[in-house]
Amino acid sequence: MTVVDPSEQSPGTRASARRERVAGWRVGVLASPAAPVYGALIGIIILGWIVVTIDGGDFLTTGNIVNMLQRSVALGIVSLGQTIVILLGSLDLSVAALISLASLVTAEQMGGESGNVIPAILIVLGLGVVVGLANGLIITKLRVNAFIATLGMALILGGIIENGWNGPQGGVTDGFSQNLGYTRFGVIPMSFILFAVVAVVVWFILRSTRFGYRVYAVGGSEDVSKLSGLRTHRTIIGAHIVCSLTAVITGIFLASRLKAGTPTVGLDGGYDLESIAAVVLGGTALTGGRGGVIGTIGGVFILAVLDNVFNQLEFNSFVRDVVRGIVIIAAVAIYARRQEKKA
Amino acid sequence: MSDQSLLQMQGIRKSFVGVEVLHGVDLDLRAGEIHAIVGENGAGKSTLMKTLAGVHAPDEGTIRIDGEEVTFHHPAAAQAAGVGIVYQEFNLLPDRNVAENIFIGREPVKLGIVDRRTMERETAALLDEVGETSFGPRTPVRWLSVAQQQVVEIIKARSLNARILVLDEPTAALAEGEVELLFTLVRRLQELGVGILYISHRLREVFALSDRITVIKDGGVVKSLTTSETNQRELVNLMVGRELDGYFPPRGAKEDLGEVRLAAKGLSTVLLRDVSFEVRAGEIVGLAGLQGSGRTEIARAVFGADPVGSGTIEVDGKPVRFKHPRQAVKAGLGFITEDRKAEGLALAQSIADNMLLAVRTVVPARKRRSTPGLMSVKELAAATELRARGPEQEVRFLSGGNQQKVVLSKWLETQPQILIFDEPTRGIDVGAKAGIHDLIRKLAKDGVAVLMISSELPELIGMSDRILVMHEGVLAGELPGGASEPQIMELATGSTEVAA
Repeated sequence: MTVVDPSEQSPGTRASARRERVAGWRVGVLASPAAPVYGALIGIIILGWIVVTIDGGDFLTTGNIVNMLQRSVALGIVSLGQTIVILLGSLDLSVAALISLASLVTAEQMGGESGNVIPAILIVLGLGVVVGLANGLIITKLRVNAFIATLGMALILGGIIENGWNGPQGGVTDGFSQNLGYTRFGVIPMSFILFAVVAVVVWFILRSTRFGYRVYAVGGSEDVSKLSGLRTHRTIIGAHIVCSLTAVITGIFLASRLKAGTPTVGLDGGYDLESIAAVVLGGTALTGGRGGVIGTIGGVFILAVLDNVFNQLEFNSFVRDVVRGIVIIAAVAIYARRQEKKA
Repeated sequence: MSDQSLLQMQGIRKSFVGVEVLHGVDLDLRAGEIHAIVGENGAGKSTLMKTLAGVHAPDEGTIRIDGEEVTFHHPAAAQAAGVGIVYQEFNLLPDRNVAENIFIGREPVKLGIVDRRTMERETAALLDEVGETSFGPRTPVRWLSVAQQQVVEIIKARSLNARILVLDEPTAALAEGEVELLFTLVRRLQELGVGILYISHRLREVFALSDRITVIKDGGVVKSLTTSETNQRELVNLMVGRELDGYFPPRGAKEDLGEVRLAAKGLSTVLLRDVSFEVRAGEIVGLAGLQGSGRTEIARAVFGADPVGSGTIEVDGKPVRFKHPRQAVKAGLGFITEDRKAEGLALAQSIADNMLLAVRTVVPARKRRSTPGLMSVKELAAATELRARGPEQEVRFLSGGNQQKVVLSKWLETQPQILIFDEPTRGIDVGAKAGIHDLIRKLAKDGVAVLMISSELPELIGMSDRILVMHEGVLAGELPGGASEPQIMELATGSTEVAA
């Protein structure tokens, strides 16, 4: 008995024969439901390039590419975590507040000493584990809907920040800030490598580990998973921990960028809703069970490129938001249609 | 067959919110035995199986497997002990492929990485074991037919080394031809020494397949019988506790037939080719065919749920073309769908809300008071003999038969002239079935034209005044009421060509 490849099977009916062949052909880049995301990304890059060039700006120059990559890092990392919880059929609205808190704690714990860098990072990662665990427990054990649970967590974290800090918290160690925030190799900033590493890790988790399989299973149907003997609570809690970890990593990165922790960095960046938007733009179903990291990365890039184009054209924030809103709604509408065709 | 009991359940009791559902049930199962469990809906069969599967913990009683007492706090524990269960509602993830579904929650890992090769190889071997070649390990479940999905469910249980396999209404969703395939598969598992608990409403299947039969009623065992020593009538009496003098109400007389209410002429859609038929007032026309033969597609096309390619549909002699079901409802059509949970009911809403759902959309509130013939929720409940705690009870707590009565009430309230039933008694117990059959016949007597789709041949034969048989999107032929099963199957499988 060998592994049956879709292309080798002897399907019973002609219809399924066609489908199997299509499946065989689609293995590879196009197999990903994320393919249209990258089509859209390329379209937006070309469009942006033309428009910006006509306007007399620089688009595909080293400086601007670095700029775009740099900008996609913060949203990118947190969106990876958001992808996991959304695949699970949950979501996390507490990431923005957690990013702020993480940046403050990073700065405070480092206190300008290079010896404190590692301990500070570990403490902040611990913070991420605690918050993620709390979110997961509230959702599973107290049976609070994820929307409310993480919204409540956002308020709690906001209160803690307000109580503890009046303004920016200095103290991010210079060397660390320089290394993570500003070093780059050619056009690739160091921080982008961090993003890439987190992306590969999350992609690998989802694609090749039991935990990843279970995230898809629970997101597909919690009942089915439970009846199949899967311990769904553990998966839900685990996913929320990973999500909170990506949020604190984002917080650490932003602290290095700004050389300080800031109480408003998360909410000002709109990372809660923006990360959900990036995930959805990347083709992951809000109902869970379908989608993945590759699409999310495409979604993040689309938002980053749009941002960059708007900045260069000096659009006001009103036009910017309207266009982004239209893009997100259009994307979801297109996915809904594609899904209907497939079913 | 050995005498050693594989499974013994003793004195199983279970209550939900103070109401005892199981009153001390005893059940045993030997290796290599097919043990059928029959009983009305709400008798407690499903609850009993769920205590075995570790979904509900029993309040009292013991479960022994191979003589060892076991307690399951989680479905995983039951699985590990060799209990596999295939639920009536399939438990598969449409967005994952066959192998991923079979190994859900216990994916093989190598160095922490899911070993996809092993997973697919073992899935292929399992498919091979049961002789399934129409799909492979990587086929997304979304693409599979109901029968194929069931095969996946069964080999999933098999892959867990299930020695006790519970099949809950396995044929409810299958067409006649597919049932035989399932039987072959079940017998194969029996030969492998698997003990099978087979829950079904279809007594014919129970007799064809089982070694023993246990009748459950009102949360207790009525009797366990050896299949060869009993008959259908005895079984039905045990189940409902009363003598059923006939399964079906008498057919309509010639003079009951009225004008042609619904007619299709040369109807073609993506899946249908040139289908023509008529349904008269007072007539019940049965629509037979295998799964995928286009039975449901006819109903959907007539009702405006699917686009019509060519051909015409006439209601009371006037050509119509519904672009949306709403127009069909306004024109006096009603469609009792196959999947009542997904398409027929708002499960979390009350009986009253569900009953008024359709009429609220077609008759505005200000006109409802003055519309003649509208019944109150109470009257509807009485007309359909609905058994429920009250109009505010949520529909999801009702049994299948009572849910179907709510669906029926919903349509009755719109005072339809034409009613289309798709599998009107699927998953409904014998007692409630007879009630639904009576209701359908009564509607016809009142002048409604009825088109009834069913996979159950006895139902079609017993109920219909005429039977239309579909085969691969074409009307293969028409038979009079009371035609025999072989006649229908010949047309449905395309083994003979009969001019329509």
